[in-house]
Amino acid sequence: MICLATLAILAPWIAPWDPNRPDIKKILDQPSKAHPLGTDQLGRDVLSRMLYGARVSLAVGFVSVGIATLIGIALGAAAGYHGGTIDALVMRLVDLMLVFPRFFLLLAVLAFLRPSIWTIMVVIGLTGWMSVARLVRAEFLTLREREFVLWSQSIGASAFRIIWRHILPNAMAPVLVAMTLGIPAAILTESGLSFLGLGVQPPRASWGNILNEGKDAIEIGWWLSAYPGVAILVTVLSYNLLGEGIRDALDPRLRQSVGRIVSRSR
Amino acid sequence: MLGYALRRLVLALPLLIGITFVSFLVIHLAPGEPTELQGGEVTSTQSDRELRERLREIYGLDKPLHVQYWSWLTRLARLDFGRSFSPDARPVLQKIGERLPVTLLLNIVELAIIVVLAIPIGVFSATRQYSKFDKVTTVFVFVGFATPDFWLALMLMILFGVQLGWLPISQLRSPMWEYMSFWQQHWDFLTHLVLPVVVATFGGLAGFSRYMRQSMLEVIRQDYIQSARAKGLAEGVVIGKHALRNALLPIVTVLGLSLPGLIGGSVIVESIFAIPGMGQLMVQAVFERDYPVIMGNLVIVAALTLVANLIADLTYSLIDPRIRVAARRGRR
Repeated sequence: MICLATLAILAPWIAPWDPNRPDIKKILDQPSKAHPLGTDQLGRDVLSRMLYGARVSLAVGFVSVGIATLIGIALGAAAGYHGGTIDALVMRLVDLMLVFPRFFLLLAVLAFLRPSIWTIMVVIGLTGWMSVARLVRAEFLTLREREFVLWSQSIGASAFRIIWRHILPNAMAPVLVAMTLGIPAAILTESGLSFLGLGVQPPRASWGNILNEGKDAIEIGWWLSAYPGVAILVTVLSYNLLGEGIRDALDPRLRQSVGRIVSRSR
Repeated sequence: MLGYALRRLVLALPLLIGITFVSFLVIHLAPGEPTELQGGEVTSTQSDRELRERLREIYGLDKPLHVQYWSWLTRLARLDFGRSFSPDARPVLQKIGERLPVTLLLNIVELAIIVVLAIPIGVFSATRQYSKFDKVTTVFVFVGFATPDFWLALMLMILFGVQLGWLPISQLRSPMWEYMSFWQQHWDFLTHLVLPVVVATFGGLAGFSRYMRQSMLEVIRQDYIQSARAKGLAEGVVIGKHALRNALLPIVTVLGLSLPGLIGGSVIVESIFAIPGMGQLMVQAVFERDYPVIMGNLVIVAALTLVANLIADLTYSLIDPRIRVAARRGRR
């Protein structure tokens, strides 16, 4: 996974070709020495495009999960700490968002925004905060009754300070797991949207839209659709395993079940 | 029981209205309007501007937002979803109506396959934890979680459609469909279903067998399973009757919660395999900025999900006496 991140960051230096430079003489070339993963319909190097695509996918994953986590923490903390009406309101909102077929909502919103990498990040972030909010709320509900919180309240600390300095650090463990598992989900969503043509727009490469172009050349150029998919699979798999690993480390009760496989495949 | 069902139904209604409100707001607040596409994107001549105003008037887009929402909602209450903005201008309900059965059929078939396969897989890998079977399924589960469904679809299309030529790769009927005999027609339809169903089932199957395994593992460790064994019951009875029943409970809830995901997945599957269902309609409408169709789609899908959740809850209370009692006490 660190490899992946390094590759993505170093993309401009290690990519053998300009990812957006077309070459009429090399349209849909088979994988070869010069182009290890072949070329696409416009003669662009697939390997270079995939390296640049990795930057997009990882950036979308991190930023959208960051947004989702911030919203989730804010709402979850407010609901869990204050309880009462705020809690009820937030939880109804969570219910509402959970019933919603998320992909439909994403599509509906993207229909009216000019699709770009930024709108994708924001939209995925805005529709993905529910699980974090639930987790944070659950943690807060138990933590707010603990002595150290009561003590802070008794000496007159502000609600914001108690939430931020005292409760939140204690509630971060499950949030961390949710974040690690949220990144691959966001990457999958982004590539799905880009695949439909509603995500990251060409000529900027993303794994999803390389696949979209690959779809049109499916009968001649299998390499165009095969490799980006493998890249997505490997990325998502490694984040999922990391998430499971963290969860096992934090929750010894379940350690045996997946820990062995995680340690073996890494 | 009936009272409980009715109460849940009444509670679901505000949720549905909330959903329509949020989506209406989001869609109408987002920059960009259908008239911009129909009136031409880059034009600014006088006649174009007039044309655009005319269109706004026809579609009611010139009125304030709350007026638009209210009129849309009141029409919705009479099941009038309005007419599509696209050139054919057909009623939205009619457009959705002819596509709903396909999507429903696909999703029900998928769900049935998932349930039928995932339960035994989960039970087997739980009762034989760390066996070869368990390890293989665990690997399958992680790969299944990570596989993008559209990529799987492409790969299967290349393998079975292009290379081997065994299965058709798009739409639900062959071009020759009308000239086929009755049985050929059914066979043709079935072969067209194979790839989409396999693709749509793959990820869900992984998830469910995982949940089933987890749930079963927890149940097996309970005391009452030990006592059932101690009573001298056969292992098959202990697992198949005592453990399975209890392990199934959380699965029903998970099933209900995962429905939005399943339906969302059909967007991708339908657009790859060119299946004329709701998902494909949605994507088309999104590209055309067809408000009424998008809103209609959202409402129908949300309503379906709510109904499915309701069914899941009711099933839950049917198989779990503890909840039934709680419901009678009026806890929910």
